[in-house]
This record gives sequence, C-alpha cells and structure tokens, in this order.
Amino acid sequence: MALLQISEPGQSLDPHQRRVAVGIDLGTTHSLVAAVRHGVAECLPALDGKVILPSVVRYLDPAAGGPGRQIGHEALAAQIGDPANTISSVKRLMGRTRAQVADVDRLSYTVVDDNGMAVVQTVAGRKTPMEVSAEILATLRFRAEDSFDDELFGAVITVPAYFDDAQRQATKDAAQLAGIPVLRLINEPTAAAIAYGLDNGSEGVYAIYDLGGGTFDISILRLTRGVFEVLATGGDSALGGDDYDQALAAWVLQQAGLGPVADAAERAALHRKARRIKEQLSAQDEAVFRAEVDGRRLEQTVRREDFEACTAALTARTMAAVRKVLRDAGVERDDVQGVVMVGGSTRMPVIRRTVGEFFGREPLTNLNPDEVVALGAAIQANALAGNSQDGDLLLLDVIPLSLGIETMGGLVERIVPRNSTIPTARAQDFTTYQDGQTALALHVVQGERDLVADCRSLARFTLRGIPPMAAGAARIRVTFTVDADGLLSVSAKEQGSGVEARIDVKPAYGLTDEQIAAMLQDGFATAQQDMAARALVEARVDADRMIAATRSAMAADGDLLDAAERQAIEALMTALSAVAASGSATEIEAATQALAKGTEPFAARRMNRGIQQALAGRNVAEV
Amino acid sequence: MNLQSTDFEIFGLPPAFALDRAALDARWKDLQREAHPDRHAAADAQTQRQAMQWSVRINEAYQRLKDPLQRASYLCELHGAPVQAENNTAMPAAFLMQQMQWREDLEEARTPEALERMADEVAAARRQMLAELQQTADQRHDWSALAGQVRALMFVERFARDVEERLDQLGQ
Repeated sequence: MALLQISEPGQSLDPHQRRVAVGIDLGTTHSLVAAVRHGVAECLPALDGKVILPSVVRYLDPAAGGPGRQIGHEALAAQIGDPANTISSVKRLMGRTRAQVADVDRLSYTVVDDNGMAVVQTVAGRKTPMEVSAEILATLRFRAEDSFDDELFGAVITVPAYFDDAQRQATKDAAQLAGIPVLRLINEPTAAAIAYGLDNGSEGVYAIYDLGGGTFDISILRLTRGVFEVLATGGDSALGGDDYDQALAAWVLQQAGLGPVADAAERAALHRKARRIKEQLSAQDEAVFRAEVDGRRLEQTVRREDFEACTAALTARTMAAVRKVLRDAGVERDDVQGVVMVGGSTRMPVIRRTVGEFFGREPLTNLNPDEVVALGAAIQANALAGNSQDGDLLLLDVIPLSLGIETMGGLVERIVPRNSTIPTARAQDFTTYQDGQTALALHVVQGERDLVADCRSLARFTLRGIPPMAAGAARIRVTFTVDADGLLSVSAKEQGSGVEARIDVKPAYGLTDEQIAAMLQDGFATAQQDMAARALVEARVDADRMIAATRSAMAADGDLLDAAERQAIEALMTALSAVAASGSATEIEAATQALAKGTEPFAARRMNRGIQQALAGRNVAEV
Repeated sequence: MNLQSTDFEIFGLPPAFALDRAALDARWKDLQREAHPDRHAAADAQTQRQAMQWSVRINEAYQRLKDPLQRASYLCELHGAPVQAENNTAMPAAFLMQQMQWREDLEEARTPEALERMADEVAAARRQMLAELQQTADQRHDWSALAGQVRALMFVERFARDVEERLDQLGQ
C-alpha cells in the first residue's frame, strides 16, 4: 500500500510530493472524478477511456457468488433486463423519506420506508441510498488512486446548491462508507463558476443555471479578485432532465391513447427511449419514437415543438426560480454579466433560447457542461490540499434554506435565514418550564414556511445535563452552527452554571454515527483491508502531520511563545514521535490529542496575529 | 483584538453610522481570505477550530454592519441604550396613523402598478428616516433617541417586505 506523502505546509511542493486531491461530481445520471495535473484540471478516464461513469448500480443475487454488484456502464446495460435490481438516479433518494421522493411509484425498482428513510429493496437485501452512492464513489476513488498510483488525500464532492442538511449529510455518509476523506462539500453551481471564472478571468456578477438529470439549481455569484461570493441561491431539488424524459414518454403514450405502463421493465425501456429522442431533438427538428408497450408496437413522430410544448411547464418552473433568486440577490437581470449553463440538460435548445432571451445575452457554453462541475471541484480540492501556490481562490457560499426550530402550536421560529453566508452561527436562549427540569427537546427544521408541518424535519436534539433549578430560572443558550459544508451542528450551555449540555442527535432521515461505524466494521467497500492495520497507519499519518504542522507554526510564529511554553510544546512533540514509532493506534491518538491541547493557546495567538495583519495590510494600502 | 472585540474593531472602522460600503465589502473579503476554514483545510484540528470561530464572527460582524438597521441597533447596544423592540411598543400617534393608512392601501391595492407605487413611497420614507438616523447617531450622539428611531424604522422595513411579498404573489 503506498504511503501518503507528507510535506511541510508552506514549503514549495515539487510534483512528486503533491497530495492527491480530486473533485467528484456525484450526479443523478452521471458521475465524474477530476484532478489538477500540471496546473490544469482534467477529468480522469477509466481503463476504457471514458470519463463519465453512469450513476447506476445493479445488485446481483448473493447466492450466485461473485462480486455481488455491477457499477456504471455494465449496470446500465443490464437495466432493461433487470430493472428491479438496477438502481439509477439514487441521488433522488438521498436524505429523503419515501413520501418525499417524487413519482416514487413510477420508478422501476422498489423503494420502501425504513424508519423514516427511503431505501431500495433488491435481491441482495435492503440497500440505503448512501450504500448505493458509496459504490459509485468507491469506483471513482479507485480510478483516481490507479491514475496517480497513490492514496487519496481527500476529495471535494459537489452537491446541488439546493440540497438541504439531510441530503448533504447523506452525501458525506456515503463518502465515509467509500473510504473517501471529504475536504469540503461544495455547491454544484459554485464549482461551475470556479471553472468558468478562472477560465474567463473577468470580474462581475454571474448567474449559474444548472439543470442536471434530477436537480435544478440557479445561483447568483459575484467574482472579485479570486473571491467567489454567492449572493443568493435557489432551485428545485426534484426537477431535472429525468422529468423531461418522463413528460415526453407520457405524451407519447397519450398520443397513442394508452394509459401509464404497468410493467417495470417496459417503463424503464420507455424512459430510456424518451431520453434518446430528447437528445436527438437537440440536434434535429424531428425524430421517430418507436417502442413496444403491452404487446403493441408504437411509432410516433415527435417534432421539436411537440417536445417543447409537453415540457413547457417544467421550463417555466425553472424560470420562476430564476426570477426569485434575482430578487433574493438584490440584483436586476441587466446586472448579470454572464450566464453559465451547467448540466447535460442545458444542451436542449429550448433551455438555451429561454435563458438567453431572459437575460438578453448568449449564455456561456464553452466548457463541457457534463465536466465543468467536476473540473471546478478539482480546482478547489487542489487549493484545499495545499497544492496550489497562489492561494487566491476563496469561496464564500451560503445556506440555501432557512433553519428554524419548532415552537408552540407547530410554528417555526427561524434561527438562520436562507442565503446567510457560511460558516455562520446563531444563538438562541431557552428556559425550562418545570421545576427541576434537566433536559430540553428541540426539533430543528429547514424551509421557508411558517408551519412545522410544511418544512423538512432535520433532527431532534435532546439536551441533557441541565442543572436542576426552579422553572424559568435556567438560561440555556443554544448555538446553531452551520459549517463551510452547509451542515448543522448544535451546542448548548446553561449560562448561569456554565454547564455544557450533552446533545443527542436523532437525524430524521439518515444513519446515526453508530450505524455508520457498524457498516464500516462490516468491511463495506474496504473488505480487503485489515481494519487494525489501517487504524495504525492512519494514527501515524495524523501524528506526522501534527508534528510537521507544529514545527512549521513554531518557525513562522515562534516569537508568540516564551521559552517555557516552547519547551513544553517541544516535549509533547518528542513524546509523540516516540509513541508514533512503536506504540499502538490508541496510544498514538492519545499523544496526538495531548499535543493538540498543548498547542491550543498558541493556535489562538497565531490566528489573532493573522487577522491583525490582514487588517493592517488594508490600512497601509489605503493611506 | 480578539473574538470579543466589537464589529467595528474587527473591521478596523470607526464606530459610527456613516459607513463606506465599498470599504466594508473589501475588508470582509480580506479578513475571510485569512480566516476562512478553506484556508486551513490541510492544517491541524486546533487551527481549524480557531479559523471556524473567527470566520463565523467575521460573517456575523459583516451582516450586522452591512444592514443600516442592524448597524444602528448595534450602536444603540454599544452605548447602553438597547433597542428592545418587544418591550417598547409605544410610537408617536402621527407615525401610527401613517402605518395604518399604508396597511389599508396595501389591502386595497390590486394591480402591480399600485403596488410598485406603494413600494416607491415606502422606499422614499425609508431613505428619509435613514438620513435622520445618521444625524442622531453621528452628530447628536443621542442614543436613546436613536433607539426610538430604530424601532420606527423596523415597522417601515417590515411593511416594505410585505409589499414585496404581495408583488411576488402577483408575479406568479
């Protein structure tokens, strides 16, 4: 197993010492992995030369022996013959209940409700959407590791900007199952903006119109000197190219006087045909739809106008979201300097025409709409891993949906408003209503509506360990923090006593930490590796990194420490080096923690200095 | 300077109502270039935690300083005259009459043109009130008067939002 290359942060990295950091576009219909090589972002091909991996996983009967599943092109080819076990568009199920999956009954595979989570029923048993996605992610990970002949330092994985907390958490869980360290989750339109912004290099306000297989995002960003600031984002996480396929299939059936198709295999075949016809109509004015339904042979000529008419409502929905996001951003359509088209579905002439007319300018399409998101993610991954020297790129993204808590009467009190720049934190004070109450329950929801019933339930947090007091005497400050990935965490402290409450999180839809740990124990996607050996290697790598980082920090800002403090830190580093050489994983982890604790005040002083310098730099420039 | 410093101190700006918006925006980006977690993604957990705290604080300060109403409210707090809108609902009679008239007009407005006219009227009132706020804060330094003006402006801004919402509904 190749060892991870470690270099001192800040030191110039020669190409052989760069960390392998990739960008992954985990799409509804297609997935890709890209990396920056020789200063250029490029998508990594599989052995057959194809960069696109269809987001399809087919589960095989375990009794038959063998690998148990097929992923990608193989699985897609098998879909017609085995639709019940071939899972496509699993992204639509991530972080969702069965009831929330649009047209769940029309899917060619079976989706059931498992404790509030939508899961698929296959011949190999129940599979959560995270497990299915993890198969796709693992395939891309192995592809990257083979390309570089080295282990992965980490990946930036993209998600639709409009994905809520549950959907984002599910994506992170899938990456964890696939053994991929996630450097950051970034929004797909922002990733596209990076690829275009750096390509075109001009400052200003951009609109990113991203219509993928299953999701639609519209984001407004401002680019100034390498800083990408998201002004507002909106969209529909259940609207995409798939819906255009379904609308066309429904129209064709209607023209033939037929109702919806009962047989799963036929339904799948019909949608695939509809997709091909849709693609043909992007290049030609008419196409002939031929299919067999219920034993009948169908032949229907479809003109481009017919297609555009039967999908007009879908296109109108996207434009309504565009108008809303412009208002949220406080920007007029004329202020928008460039409109970027992202996602294969933007190849449809009706989309380009409608968007072009709306903004009064030709949309930018020079980058491959299928690849642009992965390329942007790769550029960001490269920067986060510390590989790029200029360090000019900075993303200031926003949370797409408001976060709130349930209050009396099933109402929502909004705590973090939508389009707040992340990371962000808000505190809210609560008190108890009974004498001696030691716990508090909070229900956190996401959405813009006033009733809890109309918003997405994210999680129930139980705060325990509140010191018993008279009713109303406790002042519990609950802090809601949304990190740079757009994920929520909650902490609470009773102000009077300073006691920090313990928080138990029950996610509304998703896996608990215990469930993930159990899946990892069962050797998911890393079946071949010895868990203990891996833990030891990881502990050593962490220790090395910690020591290197501390040394470099002391070299840069050692003057912030007095002699005694410096000695203390040196001692911790020496102790850690010793344990790393011969100790067990747990011993190494403990020593790493000790060094971390010992350098905490130093880290605080360094950050302070950095901020002061940033300010001072500005002041001098202004004089 | 630390996490407990005031928003103005963090941004290196004088604690006044008048503010150079371009300078604020540029400074925000400079600060985040330094503090944002992405800048420290490959660093140790300590530094990452520090970065997160600073980045959150900087965003909080930016949001507050950027919005005139929040900025004025913050100044009141800094000078020991917090706004406390929930506990102070008394308003001058003339002001209340204006609010009631506006509400009635909103009820009756049926066309986008009528709503646009209302939006313009409210925007003009808001501009006027902001000019007065600046006087009260930067010239007279009268913090309790400022708190009163902030409370009044809160009514006006809420109403402006309602007008916009109605326009949105008509637009669909």
